[in-house]
Amino acid sequence: MFKRSRENQFNGNQLLHRSMRDTTLVRLFILPTIILLIAINIFPLFWSLFLSFSSYSAKAATEWGKNPEMVGGLNYSRILTDPRIWTKFITTAKYVVMSVGGEMILGFGLALLLQLKFKGKGFVTTLLILPMTMSPVIVGLMWRLFYNPNWGMFNYLLGLGKIDWISDPARNLYSIVLVDIWMWTPFVMLLSIAGLSAIPKYLYEAAEIDRASWWFKFTRITLPMVYPLLLVALIFRTMEAFKIFDLPMGITGRGAMAPPLLSMYLYNTAFVTWKTSYGASLGYIMLIVIIAITSLFIKYLNKAKT
Amino acid sequence: MKKAWLWLVVLVIGISMIAAFSLNGCKKEVAPAEEEVAEEVEEEAPAEEVVEGEQFITIHWAQWQPADALEELSKDFTAETGIGVIVEQTPWETFVQKYNTEMIARSDAWDIIVGDSQDIGNMAVNGHYVDLTDWIIEHEVDKSFTPASLTYYAEYPKGAGKYYAVPCEGDALGWAYRKDLFEDPDNMAAFKAEYGYELGVPKDWDMLKDIAEFFHDPDNDFYGVAIYGDNGYDSLAMFAEQVIWVYGGELGDYATMQVDGLLNSDGAIKGLEYYRELFQFVPPGFGDAFYVATNDAFTAGIVPMATNYFAFFPALSNPATNPYADVTGYFACPPQVGVDGVERQFSALGGQGASIVTYSKKQDLSYQWLEWFVREDVQMEWVKLGGYTCHAGVLESEEFLNAAPYNPAFKVTMEIFKDWWACPEYDILLRTFSEEIARYVIAGEGTAESTLNSLTEIWTGIFQEAGYYD
Repeated sequence: MFKRSRENQFNGNQLLHRSMRDTTLVRLFILPTIILLIAINIFPLFWSLFLSFSSYSAKAATEWGKNPEMVGGLNYSRILTDPRIWTKFITTAKYVVMSVGGEMILGFGLALLLQLKFKGKGFVTTLLILPMTMSPVIVGLMWRLFYNPNWGMFNYLLGLGKIDWISDPARNLYSIVLVDIWMWTPFVMLLSIAGLSAIPKYLYEAAEIDRASWWFKFTRITLPMVYPLLLVALIFRTMEAFKIFDLPMGITGRGAMAPPLLSMYLYNTAFVTWKTSYGASLGYIMLIVIIAITSLFIKYLNKAKT
Repeated sequence: MKKAWLWLVVLVIGISMIAAFSLNGCKKEVAPAEEEVAEEVEEEAPAEEVVEGEQFITIHWAQWQPADALEELSKDFTAETGIGVIVEQTPWETFVQKYNTEMIARSDAWDIIVGDSQDIGNMAVNGHYVDLTDWIIEHEVDKSFTPASLTYYAEYPKGAGKYYAVPCEGDALGWAYRKDLFEDPDNMAAFKAEYGYELGVPKDWDMLKDIAEFFHDPDNDFYGVAIYGDNGYDSLAMFAEQVIWVYGGELGDYATMQVDGLLNSDGAIKGLEYYRELFQFVPPGFGDAFYVATNDAFTAGIVPMATNYFAFFPALSNPATNPYADVTGYFACPPQVGVDGVERQFSALGGQGASIVTYSKKQDLSYQWLEWFVREDVQMEWVKLGGYTCHAGVLESEEFLNAAPYNPAFKVTMEIFKDWWACPEYDILLRTFSEEIARYVIAGEGTAESTLNSLTEIWTGIFQEAGYYD
């Protein structure tokens, strides 16, 4: 009796093995993720691509042939021939260059300073990282209060009088850049620290023996060794800065006096005036620009690796 | 095996598309007919089957004091009928956007929406609001409420006699001023010496600007006036439209959608120039000022007068929130002789009407609430709780006029208000208007004429694209 049941069990396992191989099991496990990805990522991507070639407003009742109505590349040509859109591209480019540039310089500089040994280094590092751990919306709203020209701390602490940092279009881009730098410099700093820590000490020791100058060591050892990680930081920050939304929304709101950033324009187009398909087209143009810039950086990153 | 996977992927995409379509409400028909919804109501949630005490309706409104007052007021309705009322509130910044999103999804989350007046066309055309025309006539709301309130809060298209709402919160722009400063003998003498006439409640917009200029003293942290500068939603546009109107301009012809010659007329240009000139006397940082900022400036004692919607004046008459409450007076937007020599008086409309949502499964209960809400005694109670009525009988009563210090000014305002475009394209008109005039009024770029000419071109394009000129 016992022998028979063992045989049965063995046959059962064999059957299970035969019907469900490891690869099938793997596919079964990843299936929910794939379904989720398709439903909330892939499908919206293709759906919005379809919408970008149509005339569609989510606010109006859907009526096939009318809303949406296929218009080919009309939205794209309208966007690319609209002189006002170029102002937005230029402002966004300015924003990216200033904020990412500032973050790279300050972040790397702070990382170099943190290579020094001093009392309370761990505490200082933790303090420096704090801004990055906060929600960007909260940071934006907090700085909106700081910047208030009548009673905000920013003007008061710097003794600047009643300068309007929020609604004055001549200044508010710089106000947001400053907050972006304050918030995301620690990110570059952390990556730089990781890169600096990975540089073998013997390289510096060898340079010391050869009586190499500080500048020589920095340009020939430090910078080339940290370069790949700096590029990673540059890629991430550029992508983020290009599509920044939460900080300007928190600091200046969505008003027309807010800096004409592409992401804000996209929001107003798609969700305030409900020009859904026009917004989708602009979204795709932004996506293409981001992919192009990122690809360029990745090319350099691959070169740096080799 | 590869083929099987391919089929699986196609199947999943298909399922997700069906799910997305149904979520998005992508149906071919424009909107379900009222009868169909009524059938659904009967099939899915017959009112009779709901146990008493569990019956309730949900009203959606913006997050502010009148919404709290409405919930408080509705307790009487619950006491009378046993039907509970939940007033769900959304911050003003996302209020219109939120209910539009819900309506696109044909949501039955709310039974009644107390929506913005200018959105009535969009909601009516897209079938989101129930047509209340017969109900309004049957219950004589068209006779008991002021005609202007019914036109702007309920009717679409204007003059067509089709109603989609009941005026709920009547509101418009008004003014608060510091009586102690205006009646100060030294100020009065100095003002008369400078301008040649008596300081007092502005008799026209020109005088209002003189007063702002007179009090403006930035070196001593005191400024001439607190007015709107924010253009995130409609505040800048609402202030601009009323000065455009009083100087003889128009936003356009609401019936024919013609803009050229009206929006860029001499009167409109003069009105916009006035806004720019008045804006020179605001406190620093008023480029993004809305209702909170103007009230704050007033209660902080840094301005002699401030504009705001009447709905925000209770905070100014309350000594707990305004140290100058005892010396605060109120006045309606003054008249003005326009460029054509004609005197006009207008106030930009705020406020909202209450509409039944087409997709509500509790329309019968919603009708009961509306029926109760339009009663004169309920409207009087609404006023006592801080709401603003549009009920003609209540507005005329002595009880109403003496209920709050700003009520007499409100009564005058209810006779002079005028609204923004109410067509479905109102939001894009609002956005483009705000963007264009902000550049001139706030940033000082260009001229009033170039701004309005550019805007005329943009608006004509919008109406052309929407097919109004076909």
